[in-house]
Amino acid sequence: MKFHSKRATAFAALALSSAMILTACGGSDDSDADSGSESSDATTVTFLPKNLGNAYFDTSNAGGAEAVEEFGGVYEEVGPEAGGGPDAQVQYINTAAQQGINALVVSAADPTAICDAIDEARDAGTAVITFDSDTSPECRDMYIQAADAAGIAKAQVDLIAEQIGDEGEIAILSATANATNQNTWIGLMEEELAANHPNIELVDTVYGDDDDQTSFDKTAALLQAHPNLKGIVSPTTVGITAAARYLSTSDAKGKVMITGLGTPNQMREFVEDGTVVGFALWNPGDLGYLAAWAANAFVAGDITGAEGDTFEAGKLGEYTVGADGVVLLGEPFVFNADNIGDFDF
Amino acid sequence: MSTATVERTYRDYAQPVWQRVLLTREMAVIALTLGVIAYANSNVDNFDGPLTLKFLILDIAPILLIALPMTLIIITGEIDLSVASVVGLSSVLLGVLHEGGMPIPAAALLALIAGGVCGALNGFLIAYVGLPSLAVTIGTLALYRGLAVGLLGTKAVTEFTEKWSDLATDTIGESNVPVIIIPFVILAIAFAWLLHFSTFGRGVYDIGLNAEAAKFTGVNVARTKLILFVLAGLVSAFAGVYYTLRFGSARGDNATGLELQVIAAVLLGGVSIFGGRGKLHGVIAGVVLLGVIASALRLEGVTVNVTNIIIGLLLVASVISTSVIAWISEWFPQKK
Repeated sequence: MKFHSKRATAFAALALSSAMILTACGGSDDSDADSGSESSDATTVTFLPKNLGNAYFDTSNAGGAEAVEEFGGVYEEVGPEAGGGPDAQVQYINTAAQQGINALVVSAADPTAICDAIDEARDAGTAVITFDSDTSPECRDMYIQAADAAGIAKAQVDLIAEQIGDEGEIAILSATANATNQNTWIGLMEEELAANHPNIELVDTVYGDDDDQTSFDKTAALLQAHPNLKGIVSPTTVGITAAARYLSTSDAKGKVMITGLGTPNQMREFVEDGTVVGFALWNPGDLGYLAAWAANAFVAGDITGAEGDTFEAGKLGEYTVGADGVVLLGEPFVFNADNIGDFDF
Repeated sequence: MSTATVERTYRDYAQPVWQRVLLTREMAVIALTLGVIAYANSNVDNFDGPLTLKFLILDIAPILLIALPMTLIIITGEIDLSVASVVGLSSVLLGVLHEGGMPIPAAALLALIAGGVCGALNGFLIAYVGLPSLAVTIGTLALYRGLAVGLLGTKAVTEFTEKWSDLATDTIGESNVPVIIIPFVILAIAFAWLLHFSTFGRGVYDIGLNAEAAKFTGVNVARTKLILFVLAGLVSAFAGVYYTLRFGSARGDNATGLELQVIAAVLLGGVSIFGGRGKLHGVIAGVVLLGVIASALRLEGVTVNVTNIIIGLLLVASVISTSVIAWISEWFPQKK
């Protein structure tokens, strides 16, 4: 198995080189295309979600691409495979710094771990805008937030109030008992109910632990324990899906309303069969769209990310930068039978 | 077969010295690496920028480090699949201990000791119990990773003393060369001396060629293997400390799959998976080659899946080329 002879070695070199030439050719095609469009002074925007090949981020990337096309920039999306942690993201942030990209729009896989890499990219002249998931405020230029806690709580209360005629017993099916986000929202929902919906009584809060089967069982138990229950609010995508699945095959279908935070793909069949009238989340497409416009305004020097700065975001209209460089997309988006067909995430 | 081998061996020495030095597998990999760098420099946008060298070295440093002991292990005909799990375990230990209030140097020292213990367990089972390294290290791959994830769960420790996390990404003076190159060069010289210029290294090759014969010529096979696996554990743990500080993140799933990149680079660098053959300079070139390809493709915006396909094909091609050459030599014997 030794191949010390001259001919053999030459062949090894040839085999390896030909493999390389093949691969290198693939790369050079891209490079020609890129350099062609970069020769103009268009703003280059790279989207770096937590991972690629995920319907949620596909939707936000598509929104970003739409915005970049509208303002005539150059759009690119990169990212690790599913399961990649902050270490995988760092390599892409580094690459953006090497390329001298004008703006990097990133959904942070970790609030602090990617900060060193972001600092380096900003030193190299790249604006860094976070969206969906933020880093520590001091390490990025701006953060595009989907919805704030007050808005999320109010949207869910409004939905259930509308669906049950603003009176009767409701219950909450949450994630785990110590889930930070959910507990914040539940607290705000209780305040909103007490202040504006005196005829709605919150009779129970149960925890499905963000587990499909547990949430399913807890829904069954809720209906048994509270025969007069008129609605369930589940501020977690796992819970709302499990509850809707239980309701869709039970006698309570149509009598007990279920709403909360869900994703269109998981909820589609229950909206179509009438179990669910409407539920909330944000529109990731709009989130990506707004992030791209914010990046454009920042790169153009129209805004610096200071509180009170305003910029135009295409079809979404004018936005104002809040404290800590946060831009709020707006109220949560309500999905119902009329619009659910437009979404795929 | 044996006569053919003898015949070829004679032919080797019939060649002039310059041919024997230059026309080797290692030189082919080095030439290919230089070729790819030259190609990328002129054809890949921004590859010639000042940050490329820095990020390249930061990225490949863990692979470079672990490839050193891995080369020796594969030359003995064994393999260590648990190295990436040791990286993960040492990362988590560093994170947990530091979070508990221990300064980085002390926590790093304990992580290194843990790495050495992990390697010693591998080595003991392989060298003294006599179990196959493939089976043992698949087991400890799961075991050490399980411990890492178990210790920290799905959390991450991301608060590290700035002095140390800055050091991991610092460069030497005003250059673009990261300081991690210093421990690597020291280790590379040490491993090169061990493998190519010491009696221990002769034993490493002898074990790979024929362990029985090595034993009869006085090589302490078991002790040699144990030492190599302990070295792999120690170096992997050091890579884990570097990895953690570089990314500022201790997680149970850190460096998952890194063992495959290390082994791929070692094989690409001309080390025979059957043992007995290979040189460190070829392996170092192999690591750099894979790093340069990944870096250039990332600059081109090629997705990581495509990058993996290309690197996989390259590796298969390099392994196949060895067999193809053997067939060709047998089918078309050179006329003398």
